[in-house]
Amino acid sequence: MDWVNALVQGTLLGGLYALFAAALSLIFGVMRLVNIAHGDFIVLAAYLGLTVVMSTGLHPLLALSLVVPMMAGFGYALQRGILNQTLGDDILPPLLVTFGLSVILQNLFLEGYTADPQKMDAGLLETASVSLGSLSLGILPLLTFAIAVAVIAGLQFVFYRTALGRAFRAVSDNQEIAQLMGLNKRHIFGLAMALALAVTAVAGVLLGIRTSFDPTSGGARLIYGFEAVIIGGLGNLWGTLAGGVILGVAQTIGAKIDPGFQLLAGHIAFLLVLAVRPNGLFPRVSG
Amino acid sequence: MPDPILSLDGLCAHYGDFQALYGVNMTLNEGEVISIIGANGAGKTTLLRSVSGLLTNAGSQIRYRGASIGNLRADEVAALGIALVPEGRQLFPSLSVEENLLIGGRLNRPGPWSLQSVFELFPILQERRTAPSTALSGGQQQMVAIGRALMSNPELILFDEISLGLAPVIIKSIYDALPGIVGEGMSAVIVEQDISKALSVSDRVYCLMEGRVTLEGASQTISREAISHAYFGIE
Repeated sequence: MDWVNALVQGTLLGGLYALFAAALSLIFGVMRLVNIAHGDFIVLAAYLGLTVVMSTGLHPLLALSLVVPMMAGFGYALQRGILNQTLGDDILPPLLVTFGLSVILQNLFLEGYTADPQKMDAGLLETASVSLGSLSLGILPLLTFAIAVAVIAGLQFVFYRTALGRAFRAVSDNQEIAQLMGLNKRHIFGLAMALALAVTAVAGVLLGIRTSFDPTSGGARLIYGFEAVIIGGLGNLWGTLAGGVILGVAQTIGAKIDPGFQLLAGHIAFLLVLAVRPNGLFPRVSG
Repeated sequence: MPDPILSLDGLCAHYGDFQALYGVNMTLNEGEVISIIGANGAGKTTLLRSVSGLLTNAGSQIRYRGASIGNLRADEVAALGIALVPEGRQLFPSLSVEENLLIGGRLNRPGPWSLQSVFELFPILQERRTAPSTALSGGQQQMVAIGRALMSNPELILFDEISLGLAPVIIKSIYDALPGIVGEGMSAVIVEQDISKALSVSDRVYCLMEGRVTLEGASQTISREAISHAYFGIE
């Protein structure tokens, strides 16, 4: 039964990894931008959540009502102000600029919040659980997984059932021809980054409730996000959820074998998938 | 004589150090159809890219309804009512037939063209509305490209080599549909290598050679000899 428990806990952990990955997948899918600062954006959302909670006394989940629009606004301004200028035929400028942003953000976190680990207090939510047979499932992991499914479903709806989604896909297909349709690609990219950072805000706040974080926590989250995207297959949002689940299960199974093996097991699973299916398990865009 | 809807006044265009157009002068009157003919590399597509905003920095060399549009982006030009049917169709592969048409109409400009009227013009598209655009034949893709441009209800429509790579029977059906399209009060510029097709649907013709206008005249009266001279540079 311990193995079943590890499997279930890994699946639920995969929901959080899918949230880390969804925004990466979205940004890469729409504008072919590999965002090295994504992990730091997750941590930024966690710090923003912490600040809102401390200054207003709101529950961390209610703080999302402020953190999500703040991150979305930041994303739009960042894209229009800086990142649009880096996009072109050469993939190096956005890599360098987002790497620079990562360094700047980490130093700002150090200045503003010190190097001490921080965590948001979600009260009973952190310890509450339900029993399922002999399994005990935490409410917070269950809620995180449910939110991940809802976010992925929401993104899928936006992409395949709305005019904004059509615009995202058209600009992704052919920026030049999309402009002939009256689409201002700079604005569309701004909206895509706003949507991505809104998702990142949810991921960051849930991270800050689940575990402690510090100014250097972004690097690991970036790697988990990349691994989930690549395992699932680029351009497939449900694949990203599957990628997150596979990564989460690999980590918990690894931890079950040996606690020190947890992270390495996740990376090995990623490498195995990459070796067998270089384009990921579900690489096609699904409608 | 009313002001022309489009005028090019000494239009020059460059790709880096390479100059593609040298002082092109051209006018298009309201409701008129002109064709631009010329060999490969004459500058025809460059001219349409300049007018549609895909090549900018033309300054006041391009005027639309009297206003300078040479420095506008392509999306700003589209909002003014200028649509381009690009060479090679260039549909959005991740969008279905219907989605390709809908994105053409996202500017919500008023006019006669809608999803329904495009489907009436090209009934096969209604049958294949949910198909991926990549699953269509070349001719059907060209119909989508034309329909996508019409969905913006343009006042000026630019056609770039719409017969390129299509079977003769498909070319005929598309050219048969053109009078019905431009008869809706639109003005049109047709870039075409098939000279007889171009002359059959246009009021006036311009010939370009190596980035310069070498001939201008009424399509119905211009002589074959004059076209040969202007097109190939031979007597």
